[in-house]
Amino acid sequence: MNREALAAQLAAHGYLVDDALAMSVFLALRMERPLFLEGAPGVGKTLLAKVLAELFATPLIRLQCYEGLDLAQAAYEWNYPRQLLALQDRTRAPADDLYSEAFLLRRPLLQAIDAAAERAPVLLIDEIDRADEEFESFLLELLADFQITIPELGTLKARHKPIVVLTSNRTRDVHDALKRRCLYHWIDYPAFELEVEIVRRKVPALADHVRRSVVAFVQRLRKEDLAKLPGVAETVDWAEAIAHVAPAALDAPTVDATLGLLLKYHDDIERVRGAKVAALLAEPA
Amino acid sequence: MTTAYHDVVGFVRALRARGVGLGIEHGERFAHALALVAPTEPLDRRALYLAARATLVTRREDLAVLDDAFAAHFGGPRATPQATPLAPRHDRGAFFKTALVSYMAERAAADAEEVAVPEHHKAASAHELLQRKDFATCTPAELDEIARAMRELRLDVTLRASRRLVRARRKGRLDLPRIVRDAARRGGLALTLARRQRKLRRRPLVVLADISGSMELYSRILLQFLHGVTQRHVRTETFVFGTRLTRITSELQIRRVDAALDRASRAIVDFAGGTRIADSLHTFERRFARRVLGRGAVVLVISDGWETGDPVALAAEMKQLAARAHRVVWLNPLLGQRGYTPVARGMAAALAYVDDFLPIHDLRSLHALADHLARIPRRKSQRHVHEA
Repeated sequence: MNREALAAQLAAHGYLVDDALAMSVFLALRMERPLFLEGAPGVGKTLLAKVLAELFATPLIRLQCYEGLDLAQAAYEWNYPRQLLALQDRTRAPADDLYSEAFLLRRPLLQAIDAAAERAPVLLIDEIDRADEEFESFLLELLADFQITIPELGTLKARHKPIVVLTSNRTRDVHDALKRRCLYHWIDYPAFELEVEIVRRKVPALADHVRRSVVAFVQRLRKEDLAKLPGVAETVDWAEAIAHVAPAALDAPTVDATLGLLLKYHDDIERVRGAKVAALLAEPA
Repeated sequence: MTTAYHDVVGFVRALRARGVGLGIEHGERFAHALALVAPTEPLDRRALYLAARATLVTRREDLAVLDDAFAAHFGGPRATPQATPLAPRHDRGAFFKTALVSYMAERAAADAEEVAVPEHHKAASAHELLQRKDFATCTPAELDEIARAMRELRLDVTLRASRRLVRARRKGRLDLPRIVRDAARRGGLALTLARRQRKLRRRPLVVLADISGSMELYSRILLQFLHGVTQRHVRTETFVFGTRLTRITSELQIRRVDAALDRASRAIVDFAGGTRIADSLHTFERRFARRVLGRGAVVLVISDGWETGDPVALAAEMKQLAARAHRVVWLNPLLGQRGYTPVARGMAAALAYVDDFLPIHDLRSLHALADHLARIPRRKSQRHVHEA
């Protein structure tokens, strides 16, 4: 499958890519490297992983990162309550089989390695910027050779390399060493025609010229000085709302009334509502 | 594309020359990518560009550099139009002869070899005098001496409890892994209850320093001070502003102070011009705040508060900053002057959102700052309003 075929396949699963992202995905798959996706919220970073899993008909294993995430939550943990109960049971064999697979709790990273027995799963490490730096260095080891060493059990190695997608919203800079293991791709907001096409697929009910006005308005809004710019997800939500209102053309009252679907901060809404909305709508294409 | 190999090497080198941090593996990766793409599609200019972009960019800022370098190296127009034109560089000629950091830069150029300066043990009285001498009134020789004295100063920013757990003595949650392990060793009896607690970690320090004209006499020595702070406190982010904001963190991470300040002065767009604090804080809020204030940072704003913009806008920006930061400390060199009251409109407007309002005009005030930062409470305090 070459780059164009891959882009077509992704599109068939409802995910439209520009040629730059198509190349990054193509190369990540062929070079068997993790894909590191960075970009503003709502540009479809997480969605790409889901679509890849669909496309290859393989399980999606997701690890949502958060501050304080550690090995016990990410990779594996022993089932301590069961171990304690087993210890009380005098009829059982000596203590060393406490650390057998029966007492092992598998967390996403270990699951990914297990699942790789059949075929490569998609491993999504979501919002890595939320985890601590210590966790990054652990990931480094994992991503290098896809194996996890459990001192009591030995080393577990993936038979097929999982397809790994990491995402970051850039709330902090992720360490270079981790990025170097990956193919880096900055997902930007889509170009006008691409976004129109995305909206067309997700909200087919919307009239053609209204759809174009909707996307044009959002794209202009992204040039404004706002605390949080609307992502593609917001465009789609908003388009759906507009489709319910079904105006003959996109007008200021409709926009004002539905602005809450596009902008998520009160200050931003206040800044845009009224005169600014009218000005943005009036801007020539 | 018969010369692809040479193009790869040359292009990677060209990127490095433009300051993109690339290792040997990046060249290999690019070549590998081309080898993978070539059988699947014609390796035209666009495909070459896309492969370069997928393998040679590791952060967003480098995208524009890659576009530029690609156009320069392989000819043709830029692949994507540049979003924002680069600001025209100010003519630094005049500035370099007169002001601030240039002094250090000139000295660095004059004696490229750093001369080991023996520590002078002057009489205690002279030392004491220097402690209280306002930076603005110091001679270059005295400033050198102050710079040496500053080397010993550390800013130990207060700690915060992270969500990561570490072993604890008595307090904290039960440490089940260790309890099971101990119990297994004692034939199933849990005799001791091991515990874990949250690991303490140093808060990040974010400095926003005013280097506009009214701060001119302080800027140089304060940049030296910030260099020292950056060297010793790992998680320091430094920004300077006059009418525009510049991030100089990476410049200050250079070990040699002369080289660091030289690089910083080149990065800064507007030394010794006007002050637009509100605009600069706004840029900070939009572009950097999410990234650098994330984990409960202590923010130092260094400025005399002479705002040429709208004080109401400044108050609004300070409010946002205060909401995100663990603590906002405003350092004002004028506070060292007897009888100073913050009447500058900007200063008065900002004060409502400042936790600590401290002087920064002599060595003694720097030591006081260090003491103060070490004592900032671990929990966010209720902000007390300063009377202007």
